Amino acid sequence: MFDLPKWKLGLVAVLVILAALYALPNAFPEQPAIQISANRGSSIDDVLQGRVEGALKGKELAYFGLERSEERLMVRFADADLQLKAADLLRDELKDKYTVALNLATTVPGWLQSIGGRPMTLGLDLQGGVHFLMEVDQEAARVKLEDRYVNDIYQILRAEKIAYRSVSRARDGLTVQLLSAEDRTRAVAELAEQAPDLTVELVEPGDGTALFAKIKPEMIVAAQKHTIDQNITTLRNRVSELGVAEPVIAQQGQTRIVVQLPGVQDTATAKKILGATATLEYRAVNDSANAAEAAQSGRIPPDSRLYYDQQGTPILLKKDVIATGDQLVDATSGYDQQTATPMVAVRLDSAGGRRMLDFTSENVGRPMAVVYIERVPEFRTINGEEVRSFKETQTVISVASIRGVFSTNFQTTGLESSNYARDLALLLRAGSLAVPVDIIEERVIGPSLGQDNIERGLEATLIGFLLIVIFVIFYYRVVGLVAVVGLCVNLLLLFAILSALGATLTMPGIAGIVLTLGMAVDANVLIAERIREEVRSGNSPMNALKAGYEKAWGTILDANLTTLFAAIAMFAFGSGPVKGFAVTMFTGILTSMFSAVTVTQLIMAMVYGRQRKVQSISV
Amino acid sequence: MELFNPHSNIPFMRWRKVSVAVSICLIVLSLVLLATRGLNLALDFTGGTLVEAEFKQPVEIEQVRSALDSAGFENFTVQSIGGAREAAMRLPPMVKGEQGIERQREVAESVGKALNAAGLDAIIKRSEFVGPQVGKELAEDGVIAVVFVILTIMLYVAMRFEWRFGIAAIAGEAHDVIIALGFVCLLGLNFDLTVLAGLLTVAGYSINDKVVVFDRVREIFRSARKLGPEDTINKAINNTLSRTIITGITTFFALFSLYFLGGPAVEGFAITVIFGITIGTLSSIFFCNPILLWLGVSKSDLQVVRKEDPELALRP
Repeated sequence: MFDLPKWKLGLVAVLVILAALYALPNAFPEQPAIQISANRGSSIDDVLQGRVEGALKGKELAYFGLERSEERLMVRFADADLQLKAADLLRDELKDKYTVALNLATTVPGWLQSIGGRPMTLGLDLQGGVHFLMEVDQEAARVKLEDRYVNDIYQILRAEKIAYRSVSRARDGLTVQLLSAEDRTRAVAELAEQAPDLTVELVEPGDGTALFAKIKPEMIVAAQKHTIDQNITTLRNRVSELGVAEPVIAQQGQTRIVVQLPGVQDTATAKKILGATATLEYRAVNDSANAAEAAQSGRIPPDSRLYYDQQGTPILLKKDVIATGDQLVDATSGYDQQTATPMVAVRLDSAGGRRMLDFTSENVGRPMAVVYIERVPEFRTINGEEVRSFKETQTVISVASIRGVFSTNFQTTGLESSNYARDLALLLRAGSLAVPVDIIEERVIGPSLGQDNIERGLEATLIGFLLIVIFVIFYYRVVGLVAVVGLCVNLLLLFAILSALGATLTMPGIAGIVLTLGMAVDANVLIAERIREEVRSGNSPMNALKAGYEKAWGTILDANLTTLFAAIAMFAFGSGPVKGFAVTMFTGILTSMFSAVTVTQLIMAMVYGRQRKVQSISV
Repeated sequence: MELFNPHSNIPFMRWRKVSVAVSICLIVLSLVLLATRGLNLALDFTGGTLVEAEFKQPVEIEQVRSALDSAGFENFTVQSIGGAREAAMRLPPMVKGEQGIERQREVAESVGKALNAAGLDAIIKRSEFVGPQVGKELAEDGVIAVVFVILTIMLYVAMRFEWRFGIAAIAGEAHDVIIALGFVCLLGLNFDLTVLAGLLTVAGYSINDKVVVFDRVREIFRSARKLGPEDTINKAINNTLSRTIITGITTFFALFSLYFLGGPAVEGFAITVIFGITIGTLSSIFFCNPILLWLGVSKSDLQVVRKEDPELALRP
């Protein structure tokens, strides 16, 4: 047991080196920086760089480490104070053409980043910022879905010339009243063929003329997912314009969205993001006038309005609206079978379909455009009263020529890429009548509080660790010293794994680390006490050492496995911070079993294993 | 250096009637406290709004209270945190009416305005709003987590040792968690998610302690031929006593530094765990082992288990 297998020594050495490597990024402090990204119609170029540098030099704000890429320009500052001053200055200077965001730039060297080394991200409680949890109004989502199927059934029945009395919404489905039993039989057959998303059931009691069409559960789930995606898209668009450096906008569970905006303190701004709604308008393109000229001269034909597309190119659209967002039922991206190009398939409801039919029958071959309109609520205080108004932005997101006559279902084909098609479909869906979301949780953590938390947490961890180290070395001498080395390896491993996993460090997480340290010490205490016992019962030092490890191992394994299972149960059934705590605990138990037993045993073997005759064990 | 007499032979099991009686009294007391006084559930579980404000000048809690009162808030609580310059205000969830959510969102801002209107010069450091539904779900998840953590532990111990050990472990776990809850209740601690994490830690940590003692009981049962159950348990406790106390000391180093230096964010966690681990350590000795004895644990029950131990193969 106390000979030194080379492979084991090698394995431990490799692991420790790897751990040191992946824990290392945490040692590099982040620098306050400003990130400038281009809005539509602007680009990141020499001119911009010149303007930024000129403005900063003009006000004598010291900066360094200017980095430029296709999408953004990053400038670093020595402290947060300079960063804030510079951000205000640059926002004034660059106005709406660019987005100026506060950011933290990493100082981790490139080679370390390229092997996946990254520091742990700090949770909002350590960094400050706002957190929102939003829930999609499921009731509204269901009503919307049912309305869509009511429409579908109307159309099928009309197309097949089946007489009906009514089609109405019922819980999780639709009730269809027909005129006769024969009609019902035909309706069942047609619906089964043309509306595969519905499960048709006969309603038996009564006069045999009613049927119930149930919406398949997977369709309800899909509709929920669509609603969530739709809301996430709207939120992403807003947040990116706001210039938040590393926002988290993610789905949680089936009906919820988490939004975390590090660094944002202003709740009014945050609510602006949440209040944004979007809609769509289908309009005819005025192709008889020159849009660029009109934009320059300001002379716009009386039946038209001037719009801009996402690249900032002007475009003239007719004032008449063909269809609006609330008439759009669905938009999905895919591949066109005939031309093998990416496409977006759009479905309108019957009212929108009729208008579209009227329009397309007269305008084949002419272009049609989609305008995306975003309304952002603004709060202003006038005479002490808070007044809510809306700021509207209108952008042309798609222009396509009409190839034929269509009504409710049509496709935009020949799109440049499948990514573009997907984004367009998302935007279209975002612009269709949005299902309302409720904010069900909101947290705002001040930056000073975050700073305070992290400083205190680190201090507490450090002092706790030092006290343990002093005590253990004092009480167990050499064995204690070796245990401390194991403890350091443990910390290194824990940080490396948590960093590599991309875990977010929160206050409960720090508590979890402190606790696993305490438990790791327990393993070494068990070993040391066993060695002492064996020495007392008259064993030779070498045998005492061996027996100590051997006997303690069973206990350590049982105790740690039990706690490990507790951590797994905690992860599986807990939520939020409890989960974060469980992850730290789980990782900590694994690393502490390795470092407290395997690593210390190897060191012991190096210290005592090579001596011919061991006189005594210092414990 | 030895802090303890390694040959100690304290007859712990002789006091088992007294110690178990004390334990039962504590459990009953805790349950009574929980039933009558109830936990001071935090926002995380009840829903509502929490606003933490920092004042430029020191203020009296009464001033804050009357400021909110005159602004028309109802059923709120005000608590001072970290001296006279900081206060935490808790407001109950609003009735979800026509604009329930909209208004709820603005509570934090109106609180700030009310404070400034009363001339208290406040900066809002933190505000949280949790919807009643989220709170309810978290509370349910929390209870489920505790129950499953305890069940998992029992199953594992019953499998690795023997069913009597499983029962004793689970009784000890329930004992520790209930009394720790009673303690949280007695102090009127704000029961939030970090305190819940603390309770789960107590459950995990105290089982670690129980397994260490049980492991020694099993070992002595298997090796010593002449000892009866009571002497076996006594010997096991005495043999592990030094380890129990040393581990306790090191853990307390970590926890006390967390309590005194970690700041208000972890204070609730630290105090819960400090108390819980103390109770957990005592219960491994004075509560679980008497139960083990009464359940009639004996040498023969454990001898059967001694087949080829698969764990030996795993040994490093």
